[in-house]
Amino acid sequence: MTMKKNERDIASESYYQTVIRRFKRHHLAAASLVILVILGGAALFAPLIAPYHPDEIVGTFGGAPCREFWLGTDPIGRDVFSRLLYAMRVSLLVGIMATLISTVIGVILGLLAGYFGGIADMIIMRFTDMVMSFPYILLVLVAAAIFKPGMWSIILILGFVDWPGIARLVRGNVLSLRETNFVKGSIVAGMPLPHILFSEILPNTVAPILIYATSVLALSMLDEAALSFLALGVQPPTASLGNMLNGAQSLTVLTQQPWLWVPPGLLIVILVMAINFIGDALRDALDPNSVKG
Amino acid sequence: MGKYIIKRILIAIPVLIGITIIDYAIMCLVGSPLELLRGPRVSEAALEAKAIALGLDKPFYVQYFIWLFQLLQGNMGYSIKSYQSVSSMIGSHLGPTLLLMGVSLIVGLLVAVPAGIYSAVHQYSAGDYTAVTLSFLGSSIPSFFLALLLIFIFTIKLNWLPSSGMTTLGTKGGVADVARHMVMPVIVLAVSIAGRNIRYIRSAMLEILQQDYLRTARAKGIGRFLVINKHALRNALVPIVTVIGMEIPVLFGGAVIVEQVFSWPGLGLMTMSAITSRDYPVIMGVCLLSAIVVLAANIITDILYALADPAIQLD
Repeated sequence: MTMKKNERDIASESYYQTVIRRFKRHHLAAASLVILVILGGAALFAPLIAPYHPDEIVGTFGGAPCREFWLGTDPIGRDVFSRLLYAMRVSLLVGIMATLISTVIGVILGLLAGYFGGIADMIIMRFTDMVMSFPYILLVLVAAAIFKPGMWSIILILGFVDWPGIARLVRGNVLSLRETNFVKGSIVAGMPLPHILFSEILPNTVAPILIYATSVLALSMLDEAALSFLALGVQPPTASLGNMLNGAQSLTVLTQQPWLWVPPGLLIVILVMAINFIGDALRDALDPNSVKG
Repeated sequence: MGKYIIKRILIAIPVLIGITIIDYAIMCLVGSPLELLRGPRVSEAALEAKAIALGLDKPFYVQYFIWLFQLLQGNMGYSIKSYQSVSSMIGSHLGPTLLLMGVSLIVGLLVAVPAGIYSAVHQYSAGDYTAVTLSFLGSSIPSFFLALLLIFIFTIKLNWLPSSGMTTLGTKGGVADVARHMVMPVIVLAVSIAGRNIRYIRSAMLEILQQDYLRTARAKGIGRFLVINKHALRNALVPIVTVIGMEIPVLFGGAVIVEQVFSWPGLGLMTMSAITSRDYPVIMGVCLLSAIVVLAANIITDILYALADPAIQLD
């Protein structure tokens, strides 16, 4: 009896209910979402939560964790816990902004290339090839070394480097959608081009873009960390998860003050892993062809 | 086949030229390497003379054509910093990088391929979940953080492994010494390779296992062992070739950070120091080399596809 009831529920549920139900089945992803919300909230409300100002000298130089300073103090006496909260804010902001920029660029170029075909397609795809043929980190490093390092240059560099994957994905989807009857119908009906591109083709390719964007988010957070670690990214005194690890290149910090570099490193791993798990669950949940019910 | 290869190379050439133009433009946009020489004890006249000697007084497109013209004659230019020729610098740093990349790729694949296949064959088992979760961990851990953790554990706490360089200073080195220096960099690179690819190989293998010819093989009753090892594995070659093709460019970049942390005397370390001192000819040389490697890897992957899977038609 209950079995039948469940079946009817599944048959009558909306697309979003299906997505949510399928997503919840991934326990790791559900847990990741909770962790991400908590950490994201902590980053967002850092000014309210942080016990000290992140850039102010408040304690001893390089003090070990104690009740007053939960994660100790850094070599010039700033509170590591407060800096960690602000660092997470910066790192998440860099990741999200870079992902937004690259998604917008990728979607627009992919739509144009896929829809118009011909010469426009060839030029755009050859350009995409060029950006892709560059060893990614090398391009980012060269750009980071040349432009004045800082948070906004990192956002722009990562945003302008990460888009080729999305452009290819959107182009492929547009090519197949262009052959569908509902798009052909709109063309015959004389619908304006922006309407066809943005109201008919784009909504049907949102799911794969969203999934791909989660992996771009994870990658750009890793890249920000790597660049800031190499001192080419977010510049001190602003804390980012990567530049907090930069200090660990000194032997004293590495050997005697693990509270300075282990927490930011672990935080990067946790954030990136949570984002990856969520992306993986979204892939299953959003796929309309998934047969697993 | 030969026609296809020629076609691919002809398409690659304009892409390559485009890359060098973009490169050169970005670098010239921002500033001259002589700015780093500027100081109270250097006169303006000396700087100007140096600029003329290096050809930096000409507009960037002229500089680019000079560079391109020299390149076609086999001359990659000279380092602004050390006055060595770029080709000899690349030559002397290429070996350690290739060694590191090659060993890491082999180790990474030796982990990823069996783990991915095991995961697919035993789908939804505890082993499958473990492999998939570990692969997420491997692809989420920043390489420099893993490197620091390894140095902390194996060099500082246990004092088992050296943390920097390729050979112990003051000794002649030798295979065993180099191998000891390689352990940690290889682990870091191999973890990221395995992390990225276990899931890829798993899903590729799952797809293969659902194919009709495997159902036929199973229906013939030849046994699970033969089905997987004789029929399925042969077809898993295609995704493995894809992985190798995708990994080579990533490795080329990833080596930069790993070489930096472990002071491995390869191309990555050379590139980082060239970047910080704005040594344009060296940066251009490395960018060109890496672009060639990436394009070559793409072409070779497509050719290997055809060899691994006769059903793929190239033309």
